[in-house]
Amino acid sequence: MFRYLVRRVLLLFPLFIGITLITFVVIHLAPGEPVEMQTALSPKVSAKTRERLREFYGLDKPLHVQYATWLGRMAKLDFGRSFAPDGRPVIDKVKERIPVTLSINVIALILEFGLAIPIGVIAATHRDTLLDKGVTIFVFLGFAVPTFWLALVLMYIFGVKLTILPISGLHSLGAANLNGFAWLWDTARHLVLPLGVATFGSLAGLSRYTRSTMLEVIGQDYITTARAKGLPERVVIYRHALRNALLPIITLLGFSLPGLIGGSVIFETIFAIPGMGQLFYMGVMSRDYPLVMGILVIGAFLTLAGNLLADLAYAVADPRIRHGSAP
Amino acid sequence: MSLTTSYFYRVIVRRFRANRFAVYGAGIVAALFIISFLAPYLTPYAPDDLDAYHVLLPPSTAHWLGTDELGRDVLTRIIYGARISLKVGFVSVGIAALIGTVAGLFAGYYGGWIDQVLMRFVDIMLCFPTFFLMLAVIAMLEPSIWYIMIIIGLTGWMGVARLVRAEVLSLRERDFVLAARAIGASDLRIIFVHILPNALSPVIVTATLGVAGAILTESALSFLGIGVQPPVPSWGNMLTAGKDYLEFAWWLSLFPGLAILVTVIAYNLVGEGLRDALDPRTSRT
Repeated sequence: MFRYLVRRVLLLFPLFIGITLITFVVIHLAPGEPVEMQTALSPKVSAKTRERLREFYGLDKPLHVQYATWLGRMAKLDFGRSFAPDGRPVIDKVKERIPVTLSINVIALILEFGLAIPIGVIAATHRDTLLDKGVTIFVFLGFAVPTFWLALVLMYIFGVKLTILPISGLHSLGAANLNGFAWLWDTARHLVLPLGVATFGSLAGLSRYTRSTMLEVIGQDYITTARAKGLPERVVIYRHALRNALLPIITLLGFSLPGLIGGSVIFETIFAIPGMGQLFYMGVMSRDYPLVMGILVIGAFLTLAGNLLADLAYAVADPRIRHGSAP
Repeated sequence: MSLTTSYFYRVIVRRFRANRFAVYGAGIVAALFIISFLAPYLTPYAPDDLDAYHVLLPPSTAHWLGTDELGRDVLTRIIYGARISLKVGFVSVGIAALIGTVAGLFAGYYGGWIDQVLMRFVDIMLCFPTFFLMLAVIAMLEPSIWYIMIIIGLTGWMGVARLVRAEVLSLRERDFVLAARAIGASDLRIIFVHILPNALSPVIVTATLGVAGAILTESALSFLGIGVQPPVPSWGNMLTAGKDYLEFAWWLSLFPGLAILVTVIAYNLVGEGLRDALDPRTSRT
């Protein structure tokens, strides 16, 4: 286990360098020297903005010096100051937003796994029945529907027509004065629509995956043995089969992170949730380069951390990996 | 085409046609192609015809799907929007499939450091929340449909690369590859003439599903105002305009959304159908 851990952590360094290099390339797409011609006419990019960019990224210095300086700053979590009028350090702006985005994504993940896995199991145990086809159509609809559009439609139905759910923000006006339970209830009501839409959209991948691994596992000899022993079907399915089918699903947990973090741009923008996605979108629209770059790097690092956690969880769950007999 | 290859295609076509949903999907996709090519002949209006006297009209016989806030015919704009979707879907997936296939072929065939470098690069790209990366690049450049297609392609090739690599790993030890090598075929010839055709099935399936994904991504970017720019009609930017009139002009939001939904489902059905038809393991016949 220790050797696996060391190897896995060592592997982070090339990934770390790669992420920063790609971000560095993206920065150089910004209006500096190389693309001067293209943006010289654009009123959005003022001479002052260019000056500030040059100053912060040292755009007049050789590339490797720029990169090294930038890396050094990042090691100290210095992503520069936002171009917004308040001019606050990027890291401070992001810090106050991360808890919102992370906690919403964690709840969405729990909902996704809590719903998709049982759906997949039911589809597998009722293979080719009407029930299987029904849930398949349901999850495919969620996969194909443009989430921002579904969000609009639901906002219209529940928020405007029926007026039973709030359609924007995280809290009502004056929620700060509410006591514990009422405050929680208020927040929960605000989260119903965004979480509902996010979960519906993400069910397909995981539930289909659960279905196919379950079908694979159910065909194995030890399942036949368990049935032959006379174990009740419920025990066979949920204790013997599901446990083995769940293993590869742990890795999916890591893979679904970038999608969730990226998707938060759309949800937070539509539902006016003050999270990292909304901040990022505002940064993009106002061409707040330090902010955009900072969030891009931080988002990638969060994903990296998530993948590492998922891999470790996998190693803990699967003895074959822990003892190094599998790659 | 030899006898065995034509038999192979016949089997695939038969298995595809046995799947009712896949055939429906293919029908919708075909219809979308026809609609895109014949767009000017299908509607008496032009997509940017302003009409100040017929603003925000509900669906009627003159305007089947109503008119928007500038008096433009919604059905006409949806028809022209299909062109944009088709273009974005195919160009961006073409880019992704090309890069992914070439990277996967080389990584799988040569192995060693080439494989290491390419696959670590895939890992790195997978770390970025794709949507963040796309927004950041577009924020640096001016939004345009070409940048959109290129950036969707450049952020979407990793899955194809992994699939092709896995396929090549098993193919390169097969007898026909060894035979080709024995008679002195060059590496490039082996890769592109002998291995590639046998590794194409996963590319075709992923690409078809990728078109659906690209169309969704484009519509989301356009909805956020950083994709296809008005007045060029795209299903995504029509929804942006529509959301301001949600309360009294529901048709502006409903129909472009349905267009996206139906198109994405159609491509998914075709992709799933192709997967089942091309993969002998899922055979039920």
